[in-house]
Amino acid sequence: MEHPLAELFYAQMALIRRTEQTFFDLYAQGQIHGTVHTSIGQEATAVGVVNALDRTRDVIFSSHRAHGHFIAYCDDVEGLVAELLGRAGGVCGGVGGTQHLHTGNLYTNGVQGGIVPNAVGAALAEKLKQSGAIVVVFLGDGTMGQGVVYESLNLASLWALPLLFVLEDNQYAQSTHKQFEHAGNLADRPTPFQIDRTELTADDVLAVHDAARHAVATVRTTGRPYFLMLNTYRLAPHSKGDDMRSEEELAAYRARDPLQRLAATLPEAKRAAIDAAIEARLDAAVVQALAMPPQTLVSFRQQGGGWQR
Amino acid sequence: MTRATPHLTYVESLRRALAEIMADDPRAVVLGEDILDPYGGAFKVTQGLSTRFPERVFATPIAEASIVGVSVGLALRGFHPIAEIMFGDFIALGADQLINHAAKYPAMYNGAVQVPLVVRTPMGGGRGYGPTHSQSLERLFFGIPHLKLIAASHLHDAGALLKLAAADPEPVLFVENKLLYPLALHLSADGAVRSFATTLDRFGYPVTTATNYPAAQIPDVTVIAYGGMSRLVLPLFDEFAGEEIRVLACFPSCISPLDPAPLAEAAAASGRVIVVEESQTAFGWGAEVAAQLYAALGAQLHAPVQRLGAAPTVIPAAKSLEDQVLVSTAVIRDAVFELLRST
Repeated sequence: MEHPLAELFYAQMALIRRTEQTFFDLYAQGQIHGTVHTSIGQEATAVGVVNALDRTRDVIFSSHRAHGHFIAYCDDVEGLVAELLGRAGGVCGGVGGTQHLHTGNLYTNGVQGGIVPNAVGAALAEKLKQSGAIVVVFLGDGTMGQGVVYESLNLASLWALPLLFVLEDNQYAQSTHKQFEHAGNLADRPTPFQIDRTELTADDVLAVHDAARHAVATVRTTGRPYFLMLNTYRLAPHSKGDDMRSEEELAAYRARDPLQRLAATLPEAKRAAIDAAIEARLDAAVVQALAMPPQTLVSFRQQGGGWQR
Repeated sequence: MTRATPHLTYVESLRRALAEIMADDPRAVVLGEDILDPYGGAFKVTQGLSTRFPERVFATPIAEASIVGVSVGLALRGFHPIAEIMFGDFIALGADQLINHAAKYPAMYNGAVQVPLVVRTPMGGGRGYGPTHSQSLERLFFGIPHLKLIAASHLHDAGALLKLAAADPEPVLFVENKLLYPLALHLSADGAVRSFATTLDRFGYPVTTATNYPAAQIPDVTVIAYGGMSRLVLPLFDEFAGEEIRVLACFPSCISPLDPAPLAEAAAASGRVIVVEESQTAFGWGAEVAAQLYAALGAQLHAPVQRLGAAPTVIPAAKSLEDQVLVSTAVIRDAVFELLRST
């Protein structure tokens, strides 16, 4: 029996997967200047959580690894591809690049943990506005080393703010396993701040979505923070060429790939049609972005980074 | 607008402006450590505010990174936060938020957002608080693109300046000075101040020029300084009037970015310039001012620009040491005499 959300979620997860694989290809071709951090293998967290939000009002903060959150939120693959290719038509005019994305109510930044108090401030803003919106902030296991995260847990609880912390624990901070970075259990971190939490393995996007819906509803009805810990795994390198993990370990997690798990629940014809549509869309997005002129200094100065107004 | 009354002190002016900002702007929010009544803040700038606006004044934990970081989030989402950092030294803990968040978002999102945030903080020594409560750490933030540093001297209407900062669409680090808080504002030609004028720089912030001679005459020396240095420069006016030394003092309030034009005009008037800053001079504000003046004036300067500031060490607690490590009226006086002797 096919789950009513399976097709939608597969389309989003496959789009994220294929977009990020396309970024690797473009990087290898020398088209992408800089770096790329992908969430290949983690798509269930982005799709499961973002689809539990009210996109018309809720607010999302994320990190350097945000392509999945971005696509699940706004579907603007064309704007994202152009952004990473440094084009004026990119979602941030090519200024931000992979780590610094903004559209609608989504904000990302590249400094680990620094954005978390911004999410606290945004949650305070929504509370003062009585908008009914909630704020979600995505964190990685590595980010849990930052002191400002704990300041934020404290404030969110102390001030009773509508803030959902989502910890995507992919076990590695760049190349270092969490056992070398963190004492104790990361899932226990919210407890002393009297923030309730749920922990689950994020192989099944439908289970993630159920947990996220519960978490979002809890935040919205109580007006208090909540902590959702999702155990996931990054199947691709941190950025590129920096993967020190064993082939055995990677193979074990490839066998649990949440995208393949979901794909297996769909009729083959339906899955193939979705895949084909994604390939066509991405091909067109790349062609369209490459045809755009690179961002110009004149435009950058006029629109965004004007010199000392 | 506040009409500055003659004897309003620096702290009263700021306190009154904060209340008026809160009354006029329902999106204004104030947060910081120990700011709630009855205490009302370590330097009493926020006194009375939490009683009048209890729903928009927030006492925070001791967490400077979050005080700034929460303010950034509020600003991104439509509010106008004014944060207080109890001592300027602690802004080091909020530096990531100012540099990598507040000052980055608008430009790196290609102009799609604004971060209209003010972080107020008292800088400066002279009260024996020692090495970590006496610095002038605004120096760490000079030249950060899209971050404004606004410094109020007591030759500025401090409250009006705070209102300008609060209306600025860019994030502002608003530098107050501990020793200025009890002083009456000096905003007109009065006593030893024979002429007093305010112009606006190209960012719309006031630049005050004051002289100890009638406006039509030509100065012997130009002193360029900001913030708390007004407390040291003004006493020289009387003294130098007796010596028939004509001093033009120029106090910009927007100290970074810096509009060199008003400073160059003040410098050109005498051709002899002393720049005074409270922090150490190496790699400091005076160096930037000097570079700008050389570029603008070249041979019009009769002597090399002199830079005065603190000795290159920590600010000691002992009064006997602190008095000598920090720049003083006596040091400025000697520098003026030396400059006039040599040119």
